[in-house]
Amino acid sequence: MPTWSIMTASRNSLAALRIVVRALIGLTLTLLALLIVTFGLAKLSPIDPALARVGDHASRSTYLQMRHELGLDASWPVQLLRYVQQLAHGDLGISLSTGQPVEQDLRRVLPATAELATLAMSVGAAVGLALALLAARYAGRASDLLIRFIALLGNSIPVFWLGLVALFVFYARLHWVGGPGRLDDAYEYTIDMPSGFVIVDAWRSGIPGALSSALSHLVLPVLILAGYAIGNVTRLTRTALLNEMHQEYVMLARAKGAGELRVLLHHVLPNAAGLILTVLALTYANLLQGAVLVETVFARPGLGRYLTTALFAGDAPAILGATLLIGLCFVIVNGVTDLLVRLADPRVQ
Amino acid sequence: MTAPSPLLVVRELSVRNGSSAAARTIVDRLSFSVHAERVALVGESGSGKSLTTRAIMGLLPAPLMASAAELRFDATNLLELGPRDWAVLRGSRLALVLQDPRHALNPVQSVGHQLDEMVRLHGAYSRAERRERIEAMLQAVGLTVRVLGLLPQQLSGGIGQRVVLAMMLLNGPQLLIADEPTSALDVALRDQVLELICELVSTRGMGLLLISHDLQQVARYCDRALVMYSGRIVDECAAAALPHSTHPYTRALWSCRPSGRTYGTELPVLDPNWQIEEPG
Amino acid sequence: MSADSAARRFGVAVLIAWLLLGVMAPWLAPYNPLLQRIADRLQPASALHWLGTDGLGRDVLSRLIYGARPTLGLVVLVGALMVPIGLTLGILAGYCGGWIDRVLSGTTNIVMAFPQLVLALAFVGLLGPGLVHAAFALVLTGWPAYARLARVETQQLRRSDYIAAAQMLGIVGPRLLFGHVLPACIPAMRVRLALDMAGIILAAAALGFLGLAERPPTPEWGSMVADGGKVVFDQWWLATAPGAAILLVSLAFNCLADAPREQADGV
Repeated sequence: MPTWSIMTASRNSLAALRIVVRALIGLTLTLLALLIVTFGLAKLSPIDPALARVGDHASRSTYLQMRHELGLDASWPVQLLRYVQQLAHGDLGISLSTGQPVEQDLRRVLPATAELATLAMSVGAAVGLALALLAARYAGRASDLLIRFIALLGNSIPVFWLGLVALFVFYARLHWVGGPGRLDDAYEYTIDMPSGFVIVDAWRSGIPGALSSALSHLVLPVLILAGYAIGNVTRLTRTALLNEMHQEYVMLARAKGAGELRVLLHHVLPNAAGLILTVLALTYANLLQGAVLVETVFARPGLGRYLTTALFAGDAPAILGATLLIGLCFVIVNGVTDLLVRLADPRVQ
Repeated sequence: MTAPSPLLVVRELSVRNGSSAAARTIVDRLSFSVHAERVALVGESGSGKSLTTRAIMGLLPAPLMASAAELRFDATNLLELGPRDWAVLRGSRLALVLQDPRHALNPVQSVGHQLDEMVRLHGAYSRAERRERIEAMLQAVGLTVRVLGLLPQQLSGGIGQRVVLAMMLLNGPQLLIADEPTSALDVALRDQVLELICELVSTRGMGLLLISHDLQQVARYCDRALVMYSGRIVDECAAAALPHSTHPYTRALWSCRPSGRTYGTELPVLDPNWQIEEPG
Repeated sequence: MSADSAARRFGVAVLIAWLLLGVMAPWLAPYNPLLQRIADRLQPASALHWLGTDGLGRDVLSRLIYGARPTLGLVVLVGALMVPIGLTLGILAGYCGGWIDRVLSGTTNIVMAFPQLVLALAFVGLLGPGLVHAAFALVLTGWPAYARLARVETQQLRRSDYIAAAQMLGIVGPRLLFGHVLPACIPAMRVRLALDMAGIILAAAALGFLGLAERPPTPEWGSMVADGGKVVFDQWWLATAPGAAILLVSLAFNCLADAPREQADGV
């Protein structure tokens, strides 16, 4: 394992610190911008939060009092400040449909989405990288074309449609996998979900059949979401690998007598690693968005389904809360990846 | 007394841009041989010199294809080699040095790692043995072990080229192909590096195929010169005879290099009546 | 014909067909897409109805043809806004340099980190249904990519002799920027646009699927998939047809995006 990353980082620790600080500033600014956008959305929305809380039949004085309580009679900059302050304390408001604090709702549903996205990402990354390596190795030949076509298809299929079709074929007709929901109905209400991760909870419940039920309900959503990831990962990784393969040092590695496999794994891959990591991270972030649709189609509880339910109900605080949370994940994943790539690449220093 | 057999025999080597009949011919039926001597392939840019070397090494990039009546390295028929045979041949008996050392080395691996890889690719030696070999080679090119811990981008041009040389000669090849090894270097370093190459080649009894567009350099350091134009060899002579060549193209190449003496005079041009002869 | 040019031709053909369907819908659709015939609901494909009828007895083929319109409109709207804004800002940033560049680049980096689909959902959820609201979100999150590529091209050109020559001829200001710098950005922009359009198609369909696009009964492919989804176990064709349409159009854009890039890969 090359020790260059440790060597260079310690040699340039001051430069590294500067990079980290700059990244943190960028992260903060991005979050602020996101906050301003969501705030603006809330203000421009025809949904009146005060009215939603007091109901249509409340008296005018009750309505005005609610407006005051929610701080809606203050000027916009003041409201924005209060908004940021509340967020800093983790206060995302009260959901109009569940009546619960939004952050409580979010904390309840986040693990399910994280579980789904992470499983899908693992499958997607493994398969995607393998396909990309194959495609780069046999560039221009039949297997490369086939792989490119698969990636193309993966990028073009509407995820929700694929989910429906898959449910129809593999659940309704073939009975190979579980249907909508996270567990068979028999287990749905008998298992406690302390961690929120259905695999963990089903396994620890000790109820026979619960774990296999959970797994069979996971197969389709994970595979479909993974397919979504494979399209991106394969295509972008292949391009990154091919770009490296056209560099002169690759030809010279061959002139040294290195075989194609060695060239690919020892020379091309480490140089393309930064780009590939970025691709993986961005794909993971995008999977969070894909999960919105997959959860809806498969009726699985999670952040995505919470968002869509809130959308139908016009539940503004919930919509904003979920959007902010997904946005936060997005921004953090982007920022951390960028930071890691900068720190690890000796060429950047 | 029988003449020693040539290291490299090239007969009717052609490089085409594709396999169809309409493909453009870039190198046209080249024929020459290299013994344990210093042969230079000279010509202007675009004459096909570099592609010839790639074809000999089996490293032509995708759409380009090579064909030849005979392409032999020592006793090995290069036209029949599969990928695994090439991997055994390259780097052990046949070596290649390119123009820019900064692009020739893997940017994210240390010099020591890459030198070590070269030895490991062609033999099972213990760590101590490898280290010994590398250090001996570094000494031969005039470097210290300090370079082992450096990354390619930390090497200056001259040092970088010495590193690449050391790397390519680690396994004692019989033939070194050097494609414009000094063109990317400062003028002051060029003679130094070329002298080093020639010294290494002669002390190890190697053959050298040097690609260059600098005729003065070739006349000083090489034994024989092959002049290429538009994919064909148009003239062949002893390197020392280059300044006095009667061939119109060779004369034009020789005299076109500007210097203090030619300052203020008219640029020489190629005789418009000159035609390329078909190769015999 | 290589696979790449075949793919590109396929893409162009599909897109032209889509354009024609959308524009010529009133002349091409066999029935009124809104006409309900409850007695004939949920019929499979037949001579009368080539793709059968939906839950309210409406002809699926006609709804499919008319359904090309909302997405077509969205794609045109988003493209017409996102590309000029992005290119202009990028060219300005690349050409002027200094603090203009820093501000614009910072903004670009920030906005690029926003989640596109989720924001589109939020916009629609809070501002009301309709693809127009989604268009705002898509334009907002879409322009940075063009700004970035325009900036890179502009910076490269700035140092080039090409621009210096133009300037020596007295071409400066807007004419320089838009007559000479802009054309250099077009190739990269085309690839990016094709990719984005593929994504927008899927995003619009997703919104339609969630019922947030056009108000019913306007036909739209995504909502047709949702309607078909309710009866997918028995009348599977109701969800399959619009889904296949979405897939085809998105695939067409992706083919256009891929093909020139593969050629640039030198493969």
